[in-house]
Amino acid sequence: MSGEEQFVVSLSVNGTRRPVTVPARRLLSDALRHDLELTGTHVGCEHGVCGACTVLLDGVPVRSCLMFAVQAEHHEVTTVEGLADADGRLHPVQEAFRDCHGLQCGFCTPGFLTTIAAALEDYPPGASISADEAREILGGNLCRCTGYQNIVKAVGRAQEIRTQRAGLSGDEATDRDST
Amino acid sequence: MTTKLFGEPIARREDARLIVGKGRYLDDIGHGALGVAFVRSPHANARILDIDVSAAVEVAGVHAIYSYEDLDGPMAQPLPVLIPHPSLTAPRTGYPLANGSVSHVGEPIVMVVADDRYLAEDAAERIVVDYEFRTPVVGVEAAERADSAVHEDIPDNVAARLVQEFGDVDAALLQAPHTVSFTQTIERSASMPLEGKGVHARWDAVDESLRVYTSTQTSTSVRAAIATKLDLSLDRVEVIAPDVGGGFGVKIVHPWPEELLIPWAAIRLGREVKWAEDRREHFVSSAHERGQLQRITAGYDDEGRLLALDAHILHDHGAYTPYGIVVPIITSTQLLGPYRLANYRCQVDSVYTNTVIVTPYRGAGRPQGCFAMERTMDRVADDLGLDRAAVREINLIRADEFPWDNHLIFQDGRPLIYDSGDYPSMLDKLRDLVGWEGFEARRSAAAADGRWLGIGMALYVEGTGVGPYEGGHVQVLPSGKVLVSTGLTSQGQGHETAFAQIVAEELGVPIEDIEVHTGDTRRFAYAIGTFASRAAVMSGNAVALAARAVREKALRIAAEVLEVDAADLDIVDGVVGVRGDPGAVLQLSSVAVLSNPLRYAFDEASRAATQFARFASYDQPPVPDDDEPGLEGRDYYSPVRSTFASGAHAVIVEVDPGTCAVTIEKYAVVHDCGRLINPRIVEGQIHGGVAQGVGGALYEVMAYDEMGQLQNASFMDFLMPYVSEVPQRIDIGHQETPSPLNPLGIKGAGEAGVIPGSAAIAAALEDALGIRIASMPLGPSQIYDLIRAAQDGTAEMTLNSARRSQEEST
Repeated sequence: MSGEEQFVVSLSVNGTRRPVTVPARRLLSDALRHDLELTGTHVGCEHGVCGACTVLLDGVPVRSCLMFAVQAEHHEVTTVEGLADADGRLHPVQEAFRDCHGLQCGFCTPGFLTTIAAALEDYPPGASISADEAREILGGNLCRCTGYQNIVKAVGRAQEIRTQRAGLSGDEATDRDST
Repeated sequence: MTTKLFGEPIARREDARLIVGKGRYLDDIGHGALGVAFVRSPHANARILDIDVSAAVEVAGVHAIYSYEDLDGPMAQPLPVLIPHPSLTAPRTGYPLANGSVSHVGEPIVMVVADDRYLAEDAAERIVVDYEFRTPVVGVEAAERADSAVHEDIPDNVAARLVQEFGDVDAALLQAPHTVSFTQTIERSASMPLEGKGVHARWDAVDESLRVYTSTQTSTSVRAAIATKLDLSLDRVEVIAPDVGGGFGVKIVHPWPEELLIPWAAIRLGREVKWAEDRREHFVSSAHERGQLQRITAGYDDEGRLLALDAHILHDHGAYTPYGIVVPIITSTQLLGPYRLANYRCQVDSVYTNTVIVTPYRGAGRPQGCFAMERTMDRVADDLGLDRAAVREINLIRADEFPWDNHLIFQDGRPLIYDSGDYPSMLDKLRDLVGWEGFEARRSAAAADGRWLGIGMALYVEGTGVGPYEGGHVQVLPSGKVLVSTGLTSQGQGHETAFAQIVAEELGVPIEDIEVHTGDTRRFAYAIGTFASRAAVMSGNAVALAARAVREKALRIAAEVLEVDAADLDIVDGVVGVRGDPGAVLQLSSVAVLSNPLRYAFDEASRAATQFARFASYDQPPVPDDDEPGLEGRDYYSPVRSTFASGAHAVIVEVDPGTCAVTIEKYAVVHDCGRLINPRIVEGQIHGGVAQGVGGALYEVMAYDEMGQLQNASFMDFLMPYVSEVPQRIDIGHQETPSPLNPLGIKGAGEAGVIPGSAAIAAALEDALGIRIASMPLGPSQIYDLIRAAQDGTAEMTLNSARRSQEEST
């Protein structure tokens, strides 16, 4: 094996503590994918441009290819595998992508899902998200298959699902917003 | 009636695993595999004098370092020329690892295998290669001048000279009332899937068998190539395309050097070996497309009828020709579009340059052909002062003129005969959809406000569903599950859904019971691959035929059991029943059990098929001579020739006079791919194609400098559209002209969206600016330069812009 110094890092991923032993230069994306075998996080460019590797660090989207695994200690990492409820109920954005045909090859999808999941938290259930706001949310992720049309739709649909799950109708919510 | 599924926009079935992170792409496989890094050429044209690996072997964790000298047998031979053609007179391919010289930046020279990719890169960095530098050839004009050569024994740099011709072009041009001649260029771009290539190989020394996963568009042909190059019997090699993160053409090329080297190393080392391409590697060592220079002369009459077209095209083929001259063939045939033409000549000189190889990228030569023809139509209209749509209309092949024989040979080696279509109706729909009539008033009103609006359109015909064949296998298990497999691969086209829709409807089973598998040679060994918008046509029809065979057998068995005539039976929701008799039914799963006479019972279901349980005639063997056990069917679809889809795009653009930024105000698509299996999937394909068309028209360039260095080999600098660059809405009109050539009446849809993008957007920008557009892409910098040139009086203005100024001044 290599003579590189190894570090034991206690990563907290999707609510579970997962210790890994890695050299300092091990990218978080590689640690997630190859050490923890959470391969839902994909790597498309390795320089932070495409967004396929986006994970949530304490709820905030980050590019896991631009971070070292050792930097993720003491933070809570959420990957696409951790978006659904513990009982398997899909996150609204996952359901929305399926409903809206928001993916084709699916390679960039996990990065979109994590990015949108985080952005939805800025909107209370019931609040509407305009197409322009949706485009702003998606603005840093590349997709080569879909032309983004249905991904934009999926953002609005995800918010609808959140609203329904909160037991609100869109109309009530709009009223509440305006008051 | 079984629930109608063919033609329904149902949600995709593959999404269930992809949205929860359970997709399995190449680099998700083989966590314990050894990692690989390559030393790739930093020079575009050089002789290799020496390779010094002494510092690299010291790196801890290195298992092996290989260069050309280590290759043996067929591996030491050049890579295959996959698609030979009589016009490809000077083919040239590289070696798995460079043999003494390199012809483009990125060509692999040394392969390092180590514990992981990090360590392999550490070692690769320490390898010193000594080069003798040679003058690189960059760009088609330099290649044509041939001051220096890419390959020393091909001094003129010409790989192929392809001439496609009918009628008498020279005579027709002489007699034509009007002619126009112009030169235009279209830049290089690339497929650029979000997942690069990748290969994983595992050698089973006990079984003496090899399993290879590769991110490919053709697993069967990679398998054959590996078996040939590694001197293995075909039955010892299995190749599987796992989930593939986009292809768009680049993954149809094979065998890539890595597809041979990774399994070769896995066998030598007795270890799992994996290589996953990084983004820079993809830019400099995969493939590009598009780059052409087109010299066009057209002759036409006073009404704009095209009488003759003469095109001389320089096609940038990059350093090698492993995929033959498919792109030039497609450009030169599909250039004709939906128009009638009596005199045509197209000469394509396919030239070598010291750049990455050029092989099909979605559209595969069609965008260039469309660019040539549609820009010709715009020139004709401008010259005569006619409406651009009207000029197209007068040239269209009419709906009652099919089949239309173009008297050329297409890319499949079969006649270029359009099978069906209705181009005039398509054009009418497009004019309505985009608001063609009345736009001129909008444009001039906006111009009066200092806003620059323009409109353009482009039409195309796309040969889809090229042969030679695909096959399908459908099997009903005793559990009731229906397994469907076909050999071609999937890269996001939704095959698991579309093929299931076809089988569900043909066989009469719930779609939930169907499981579709693609691209796995263990399941289906005969196939061609996924390219040329062929999967739905080829495998769609093949699985339909296989399902029909299963249905026929199921009805025959059920007829015996129920003691009725098979003609009175139907299968609905997985139950075989007598029409009009709700009592007489048999589950399809039970038919599957009965189809396989058994000696041994291992569960309740199989008990019904054992020899003492099942009634059988004592005069007949349990499996009749012309039958076989099991409820399954296999069939192949092989078309007599390609089926031709068509479409028309129109776009309204606005150019900001201050920033030269281009906004797409409206993008309209009318599309005819015959019968739709799943409209939602087809629309998704169109969306993606349009986005790639917009990227190619406005942003994407492979920026090689004169030394053959790719200056923008990253996503930071190669500008693929984000959501902010694509049209906010794409208006789609479907027209369905079924193909008479295949049982389902379908045509391909995969590439369509990208084909007319550059032509339509160029036309719209030309309309907005009044300046002749002769090269694409056109970003803000290029538009700024054009506007400056127009102010200096050095740009060519359209005649129409002069007419407009005249109207305004009077």
